[in-house]
Amino acid sequence: MRISALILTVWALMALAGTLPSLEPHLVSLPEIFAPPSADHWLGTDELGRPVLDRLLTGASVSLFVALTTVTLSALIGISVGLIAGYFGGGIDRVISRLIEVFLAFPGMLLAIAMAAMIGPGIDNVIIALAVMGWVGYARLVRVQVLALRQRDHVLAATALGRTNLAIMARHLLPLVMAPVWVEASFGLAGAVVAEAGLSFLGLGIQPPDASWGGMIRDGVRYLLVAPHLVMAPGVALFLVVLAANLFGDGLRDRFDVTSRNMR
Amino acid sequence: MRSLLAQLLDTLIVLFGVSTLVFLLLVLIPGDPVDVVLGESARAADREAMRSALGLDQPLPQRWAMFYLDLMRGDLGDSLVRRQPVAELIMQRLPATLQLAAAAFALVVIVALPLGIFAARNRGHWLDHLAQGFALIGVSIPNFWLGPLLVLLFSVQFGWTPVSGNLEPGSLILPAVTLGLSMAAITTRMVRSSLLEVESQPFLRTARCKGLSEGSVMIRHSLPNAMLPVITVLGLQLGSLLAGAVITEVVFAWPGIGSLLVDAIRQRDYPVVQGVVLLIALSYVLANRLSDLLAGWLDPRIRGAG
Repeated sequence: MRISALILTVWALMALAGTLPSLEPHLVSLPEIFAPPSADHWLGTDELGRPVLDRLLTGASVSLFVALTTVTLSALIGISVGLIAGYFGGGIDRVISRLIEVFLAFPGMLLAIAMAAMIGPGIDNVIIALAVMGWVGYARLVRVQVLALRQRDHVLAATALGRTNLAIMARHLLPLVMAPVWVEASFGLAGAVVAEAGLSFLGLGIQPPDASWGGMIRDGVRYLLVAPHLVMAPGVALFLVVLAANLFGDGLRDRFDVTSRNMR
Repeated sequence: MRSLLAQLLDTLIVLFGVSTLVFLLLVLIPGDPVDVVLGESARAADREAMRSALGLDQPLPQRWAMFYLDLMRGDLGDSLVRRQPVAELIMQRLPATLQLAAAAFALVVIVALPLGIFAARNRGHWLDHLAQGFALIGVSIPNFWLGPLLVLLFSVQFGWTPVSGNLEPGSLILPAVTLGLSMAAITTRMVRSSLLEVESQPFLRTARCKGLSEGSVMIRHSLPNAMLPVITVLGLQLGSLLAGAVITEVVFAWPGIGSLLVDAIRQRDYPVVQGVVLLIALSYVLANRLSDLLAGWLDPRIRGAG
């Protein structure tokens, strides 16, 4: 878990560095195209002579921003929907459960591709498409737990004391369902990073000339034989971030899940 | 029998919901789709033709009803770009995708089952850690990066496989590995953890006390019980193979429905986009339901509860 936290911190620092005004991710320099890594350009240059490192850092900002926004938005929607379904039950729950089932019946990435295809590319639309795909996991998780917690004594006591529904959901149910939500969010972060890069790879996400890791891989593939560093730099970064988020999720799960901790 | 009927009804409701969602996608297009496809300077007659081809001249509920009536007849509309029925286009491309998906699925089964069993049998051994490392890397490596990496290594460095397309022998290998690796990784993890969970059950101790050999304990008692969650996961993956094929086909210029989808998106050929998305989503639902049925058939406990 320490290694994954380290990689995620590096990612955040790269993202921060990606916002520095001194970077020149769009600076075309034709005499320097396909330059291999050197002291001037640590990661070389691309097919337009743009510095790969600067583009990698800008891409880090994009991926971190999209991932964090997507996960936050998905979690907010999913937790609210799950709380409402689980707490109120009855007809509301039946309708929401069906909705959850329909969204789960969609392979996530396909839904994101289809959404992005219809609403068009761009960073806002990527976030919308990914949140539409992401909320359902949180909703299912929270709903099931709230169903189990609803009849607990402390909830019944709060009801008897005349607490409002909102107060009961926020103060007496929400804190108890958060542990698995954090685990889901950690895997969701990995999923969002890959999905954003995947959409950009397909040309449905961040649009050129703006840098994104997926777009860099797509452009780099064309020059795979001449300049493999164009694909390696964003690919390694992407792989490490996803690996770290997955490891972090595994770590969180082990920490929160008492039964599996005892088994080990 | 009643539970089977209930499951069937349930499946129908989900299929209905999924296809409605796909239908509604068309409503999401910002502005007028006719403007988007033809541009704002198009002639009025062309605009009208496109409008009626997309059914936009009718109110939404009516379009929705037409969508279902056509769907029942297997009619997915006509492509705006290729002047060909969408169903026909899909049928032309489907064999290539099925070939790729079958090869990837075979790879998942061939790699994941032995590796998972091996890791569980040798828990804590360095080879177990190696298998788990493989699983973690496989889950984390995006297929649009894995594909180019494999090409660089096996096509460029060693010259063993073709770079792209599906015309030469051996061209199936790299796309199948690209598509199958993450699923093989997930399945390996599942087989391992599922076997370890079964391992702690009392009936295995009983089987060993009876004097059964380790081999027959594994084949007759551990595996059949550990396979149930694995079958569910395999069902999920069988369905997501088609979705995963979209990116893999683009990487390798594989002429299946995935590259058809991405081409259609670029050309704003909305009926084709809708048709392919619908097909992939429906097969995903059916694959999941079939694996549930299979798991229920294998496990009397689920059968009783269902």
